[in-house]
Amino acid sequence: MDDLLTEFLTETGESLATLDVELVKLEQNPSPQILSNIFRLVHTIKGTCGFLGLPRLESVAHAAENVLGKFRDGELTVTPAAVTLILASIDCIKGILAHIEQTEAEPEGDDKDLIAALNAHAEGKGAAAAPPPAAAAPPPAPAPAPAPAAAPEPEPEPAAAAPVPAPAPAPAPVAAAPDHHDEPAPSVPAPVAQAQVPAAGAAAANQESALAAQTIRVNVELLENLMTLVSELVLTRNQLLQMVRGKDDSEFATPLQRLSHITTDLQEGVMKTRMQPIGNAWAKLPRIVRDLSVETNKKIDLQMLGAETELDRQVLELIKDPLTHMVRNSADHGLEMPEDRKKAGKAEVGKIVLNAFHEGGHIIIEISDDGRGLGIQRIKNKAIANGLATEAEIEQMSDQQIAQFIFRAGFSTAEKVTSVSGRGVGMDVVKTNIEKIGGTIELKTVDGKGTTFTIKIPLTLAIVSALIVECANERFAIPQISVLELVRTTATSEYGIEVINNAPVLRLRDRLLPLVSLRTLLKLQDSEDDRAETFIVVTQVGNYTFGIIVDRVFDTEEIVVKPVAPILRHINMFSGNTILGDGSVIMILDPNGIAGAAGEMAAGAQPVAEKAQSRGEVRAEDQQSMLVFRAGGDDLKAVPLALIARLEEIEVTDIEASHGKPVVQYRGKLMPLVTIDPAFQLKTEGQQPVLVFSDHEHTMGLAVDEIVDIVEEQLKIELAVSQPGLIGTAVVSGKATDIIDAGYYLTLAWGDWFGSEKDSRGTTPEGLRVLLVDDSPFFRNLLTPLLSVAGYDVTSVESPDKALNLRDSGATFDVIISDIEMPGMNGFEFAEAVRHDGPWSQLPMVALSSHATEQDFERGREVGFTDYVAKFDRDALLQTLAQTLSTKGAA
Amino acid sequence: MNQVVPSNKRGLHEIATTEDHEDFVTMFIEGQMFGIPVLVVQDVLGPQKITRIPLAPPEVAGSLNLRGRIVTAIDVRMRLRLPKKKAEIGEGMSVVVDMKGELYSLRVDQVGEVLSLAAARFERNPPTLDPLWREFSTGIYRLEEKLLVILDVPRLLDFTRSEAI
Repeated sequence: MDDLLTEFLTETGESLATLDVELVKLEQNPSPQILSNIFRLVHTIKGTCGFLGLPRLESVAHAAENVLGKFRDGELTVTPAAVTLILASIDCIKGILAHIEQTEAEPEGDDKDLIAALNAHAEGKGAAAAPPPAAAAPPPAPAPAPAPAAAPEPEPEPAAAAPVPAPAPAPAPVAAAPDHHDEPAPSVPAPVAQAQVPAAGAAAANQESALAAQTIRVNVELLENLMTLVSELVLTRNQLLQMVRGKDDSEFATPLQRLSHITTDLQEGVMKTRMQPIGNAWAKLPRIVRDLSVETNKKIDLQMLGAETELDRQVLELIKDPLTHMVRNSADHGLEMPEDRKKAGKAEVGKIVLNAFHEGGHIIIEISDDGRGLGIQRIKNKAIANGLATEAEIEQMSDQQIAQFIFRAGFSTAEKVTSVSGRGVGMDVVKTNIEKIGGTIELKTVDGKGTTFTIKIPLTLAIVSALIVECANERFAIPQISVLELVRTTATSEYGIEVINNAPVLRLRDRLLPLVSLRTLLKLQDSEDDRAETFIVVTQVGNYTFGIIVDRVFDTEEIVVKPVAPILRHINMFSGNTILGDGSVIMILDPNGIAGAAGEMAAGAQPVAEKAQSRGEVRAEDQQSMLVFRAGGDDLKAVPLALIARLEEIEVTDIEASHGKPVVQYRGKLMPLVTIDPAFQLKTEGQQPVLVFSDHEHTMGLAVDEIVDIVEEQLKIELAVSQPGLIGTAVVSGKATDIIDAGYYLTLAWGDWFGSEKDSRGTTPEGLRVLLVDDSPFFRNLLTPLLSVAGYDVTSVESPDKALNLRDSGATFDVIISDIEMPGMNGFEFAEAVRHDGPWSQLPMVALSSHATEQDFERGREVGFTDYVAKFDRDALLQTLAQTLSTKGAA
Repeated sequence: MNQVVPSNKRGLHEIATTEDHEDFVTMFIEGQMFGIPVLVVQDVLGPQKITRIPLAPPEVAGSLNLRGRIVTAIDVRMRLRLPKKKAEIGEGMSVVVDMKGELYSLRVDQVGEVLSLAAARFERNPPTLDPLWREFSTGIYRLEEKLLVILDVPRLLDFTRSEAI
């Protein structure tokens, strides 16, 4: 049944029970207060009926209200006859209500007699009009729906309600249960047999009381209190467990275990009482969407999946408005007009899909539409117009980053403000609200294809699982939700924390993980002793992954989040505090806040107001981490950090020679050491800093003097140089820095790394757009600067899928360079896909492969590659590119 | 959460008055006697295990667990800009007060007896009093031997308007 209707029935049922009592009081003592009470109740019923579209009910209530109004204004005196009349109309209302409850529709027929009597009375002819019998209300016709008796829907009709007057008691079986729809949407009305069963009123009444006995209405506050008490109980249980822990023979152990189980069950039970299907938050959406579709002349199909997914009441309340807002946005801005849709080759009816499901202690809600997408260009313009970013900044952003602007305050892309949306408050509020409850929101948008928002929220706010860590002898809790993994490092372990100009990093599975020290962040006192081991809590906030350095990690504990005192709310490192099992108070760290602080540290001069997360993303996608070092001279040199596998300090005594070249034994293999230029002298004592480059089986060390810093910057080569080993010079951190060509040194170390070298150079074209497809970040990072320096405008993606996505989103290029060996779709398949159809089918494609055999060349040409270059024959590549493009230009 | 502590639910504004007498809990910091209205006081505590709160204002000593409720401890000495505590004073004591449903513990050197004082002995703050103290005090009671400074608890706990952060 429609939730709104259920609510109405419950509420009205209660009002009616009150009315009965009040009316009898009125008869005995016609005080104005009782009168106005009654008037108000009837008025409410009338008002709600009108709203719900129940005309018959409304007319009866309206007539009764008239009479009551006259009573109230003193125009009529309260007589027993009048009260009987009102009681009769109330009975009538009850009869209709019972019918509605059964069938979700008003019974047929009308109540002319009753209304006439009421009206007559209102006009002062009360005495004349004999109160019609209550039977004037046709008895409800319950259609026994074949639904299981265990209908979960709460329909608490107060048992106090007087039984519906039914003329003939019928022994109708009480088998009927209200049909139950898990879906709260006003979907199909119950399959109702409209047959009037004149005798079923009594049965309905019986059943009503049966229902009433099964469900009761409970004040929400009571549930909240219950939850608080259970939370306290959980804490106390934890406390007891802590005390008994380690005492195996304690006589308390068994009863405590039992207590523990019961507490857990109780906790779950109480949590369940607070759980509501998310459909409740959606109940109003179909109506909103319908109205919108009328208003905007769009055809909209709203699909709601997973409406039965349950989540905590409190969370539900908090996401209700954001969800409504987003659906509105989708309908208003996202979907196009039917004719536009037709033109774009889409179905006329736009689709909005809401999908909710559980995933690992979270609820995921997706809101997607198949509309026109966000309109990156409009967002760009708007962002610039609103001063949110400069043109130059925008230029360097990816579409996904630009899309993030819609979450910024004061941003609305709707060209005109409609009555529905476009007022510039909106997505930023949505984002804030969702983050407030520890959730995240992400969005994906494809121009012309639609937009998908993904909201991830915790199941409940009350009790969360948290990891307890220690730093500088203080303990803190980190919500388990944000923790990806724990890494233990010791002085002797393979992966240690490395520090680059005070910025700690950790190598984690071939990635450098930025680290923040909790000690520094919280300005905790430094402990004097160097710890033998430290732990790194790898944490994820949005797309940003970072590590928090702590001293120790304890176990996880269920904690009850309590808000911090108002005087501490400004500290955004904490999301709350709690009491642990041992009775001590402990602060709960807020990963969002820490990410913010960490981002600020990393980003330095960026405006503080900017949200940490967006900054994290900018850095992740847009900027390059560069390792700055010195080698052979005072001038700074830099290399993209992603190219570096490790930083090592090698004991000079470990350096051996092979064929007159220095090598070291490194991880069971020989690693050649190369120097930045022949004049560079390896250190003769102590440790030699080495940048280790690695790709599959090859490893090479580049000896340097000193590692200076890691900076994050957009790599823009300003001066190209012809000196071997250098790509060019760029401004890094405000200083002119030589960007070294790792490829050059790699070929020095391993002649076969990229294949053989050639000695010819192509001409350098200007501003031609190159799409580079390669799964290896190593080569992408290597080729991108090289090609940029040669004057190409390079876009690199890691898979053919991504490339095809780019194509579908309308990106254009002059040439495609693609690797052959890639996971998933390989280069040959990619070429076939490109050639098959689409705007790129005529683009020249150059294949890159380390397998440069004749057959490969042949196969490459067959599938549509224009040319084939050995990986990594830089000059040949440049030459081929130039040739390919010039032939294309000539053609 | 309120059920946990069998607390008096009376607000700060009501003050027990019996024939122009008010009751105050007295406490001492650095020899100076202070008083707060007895009705805002929930508890008097001895030394407690306190969790420090990093990044908090210096006046916030930390938080502690009082029968399942988290209480924020305020170092009144620091708040009143009194010199640092000498070691011989020891751990000191705390008075727990309720402010808009939040519990705060006021850390002082010592808690004294409850005094019932006639309104006639009340005086406004002398203008020569340190402005900071004037802000935190509602007035002074003249006692036989010493002066009792009445602390304005809401102001004492209002960190938003304080420049001390």
